[in-house]
Amino acid sequence: MSLTTDASRTAPRAGKSRTASATSPAGGSEKPPPRRGTRARRERIFQWLFLVPAVAYMALFFGYPVVKNLVMSFQDYTTATFFTGEAPWVGLANYAAVLSSSLFSTSLLNTALFTLGSILGQFGIGLALAVFFQRKFPLNGILRSLLLLPWLLPLIVSSAVWRWILDKDSGALNRFLGDLGIIHTGVPWLTSTSLALIAVVGVNIWIGIPFNLTILYGGLQEIPDELYEAGSLDGATGWTAFRHITWPMLRPVVSVVLVLGVVYTLKVLDIILGLTNGGPANSTQTIATQSYDLSFHEFKFGEGAALGNALVVISLVFAVLYLRASRRAVDE
Amino acid sequence: MTTTQLKAATPTRGNWGYTALAVLILAVMLFPVYWMVNASLQPNGTTLETSWIPLQPDFTGYATAISEQAGNLGTSLIIALGSVVLSLAIAAPAAYALAYFKVRGAGVALFAILISQMIPGIVVANALYTAYNDLGLLNSIPGLILADSAHGIPFAILIIRAFMNGMPASVIEAARVDGAGHIRAFCSIVIPLSRNSLITAGLFTFLFAWSDFLFALTLTTTEAVRPVTLGIFQYIGAYVNDWSSVMATAVLASIPAIVLLVAAQKYIAAGTTGGAVK
Repeated sequence: MSLTTDASRTAPRAGKSRTASATSPAGGSEKPPPRRGTRARRERIFQWLFLVPAVAYMALFFGYPVVKNLVMSFQDYTTATFFTGEAPWVGLANYAAVLSSSLFSTSLLNTALFTLGSILGQFGIGLALAVFFQRKFPLNGILRSLLLLPWLLPLIVSSAVWRWILDKDSGALNRFLGDLGIIHTGVPWLTSTSLALIAVVGVNIWIGIPFNLTILYGGLQEIPDELYEAGSLDGATGWTAFRHITWPMLRPVVSVVLVLGVVYTLKVLDIILGLTNGGPANSTQTIATQSYDLSFHEFKFGEGAALGNALVVISLVFAVLYLRASRRAVDE
Repeated sequence: MTTTQLKAATPTRGNWGYTALAVLILAVMLFPVYWMVNASLQPNGTTLETSWIPLQPDFTGYATAISEQAGNLGTSLIIALGSVVLSLAIAAPAAYALAYFKVRGAGVALFAILISQMIPGIVVANALYTAYNDLGLLNSIPGLILADSAHGIPFAILIIRAFMNGMPASVIEAARVDGAGHIRAFCSIVIPLSRNSLITAGLFTFLFAWSDFLFALTLTTTEAVRPVTLGIFQYIGAYVNDWSSVMATAVLASIPAIVLLVAAQKYIAAGTTGGAVK
């Protein structure tokens, strides 16, 4: 819940307008009293009509998939199912197969490294840039908004461009490093099992910086100037001011950014498929890409579903942690 | 609110040193975009030495891209426009209801929207594939419009609702007193008043559907319906020996994002601050 209120600047006004509508004489249509019961019921039906399409859509495109996925994960659901219509129940066999495969531990580790690396990089650089853009200088606004571009480009476009930049033989990065004399032979960024994950994390950091920058910048703008003025009287400037004023005040926004970042990074698929397709030798395979692979390449939809559910559980754990953290923040 | 206005109101001191640093940061961050444009203008086949600046721009990459991908670009355009219409038609009334009526369960609805953001796309795709297979929606434009709207509808509801919360309730109540029904008040008062938020939501839903890759990848099995994102993926899926046409296609696929960023500044800014959900 706090996600919307924290992020939207309109939140304070929202509260006001709601109280305004509550205190003003209730809706004009209810003023003439005759046959109140039917009127009220008609009113309620009308109100629901506005919500029905959205509720139906959310149920069909989010609710149904979650339930269907759960059911499929207990079934032997393969290509044969599409012809025979039969998907025999297999209990926990899909989970057993998926969790015991040696690939699962690789994917789990890669997912953790990918998420941790991406979040640290995006958040760290995003925060540094947000603090930098707090300074007043000409063209600040325009330059800051142009930084959004990496975030707005289709992910598959970014993947294609980076594939070319990171190319071993004629990529721009290797040529640049070569011209500087740092390297003498092409670095196989995307084709070496030890470097591919680092390269993929790097690209994902590049994509995520604008989002972190924008939200953190908004949060910094909300911190009242008076706090800094009062702080500077006590000698708190620079790093001290950041530690004792900025960081505590920014904490709620930080938790939103980090949790959203984790949730979004866990389910990343486009970038990895576009850059390495999970390779080389599964060195960039994550739970999301492996789930895709199981369903759409090996046509083991049951196992793909089981792995997808594992991903949902991991996301939910973070969501719960987030909700608990934000509730504690409210309590304090 | 007030602090931001105060900060904006204080005169900006001319500190061009910081501006230079910011330009440098921007140059590093946007280098890949520059490189995409540069590579798209290189002559075919000279993959070994791409020059740093396209001194002699060559448009054969674009010629190839257009001859091979024009149909896919059209498909993407139709799907994205369809998704905008569908998303706004579903999200605007819902946002209005959530902002104005004290519907029981409104809090639950908002919570459900937030939770929906945590559901991985691959989970949705996995289930939709089987359902679409039964319904005959695989390889169809309506099927992709419906699925792609999953990127946009929750976001649109949040953004439009946040805006409608800030609208004076008295205006709508006045209209209702004048005898306007719910639907008329909605169409003739609420919609025109929330124009800006509808444009913001529309722009983003366009971009989300245009950028969609996962549903294009999983919900199509033939060449019949092929969005441009999938066209690019097929290019880079095999060994690439003609990067200029791949990059030319990438440039063409980036046009909506670039146009939106340049031409629709204020709406994009409203979208990124208004709803932290992508």
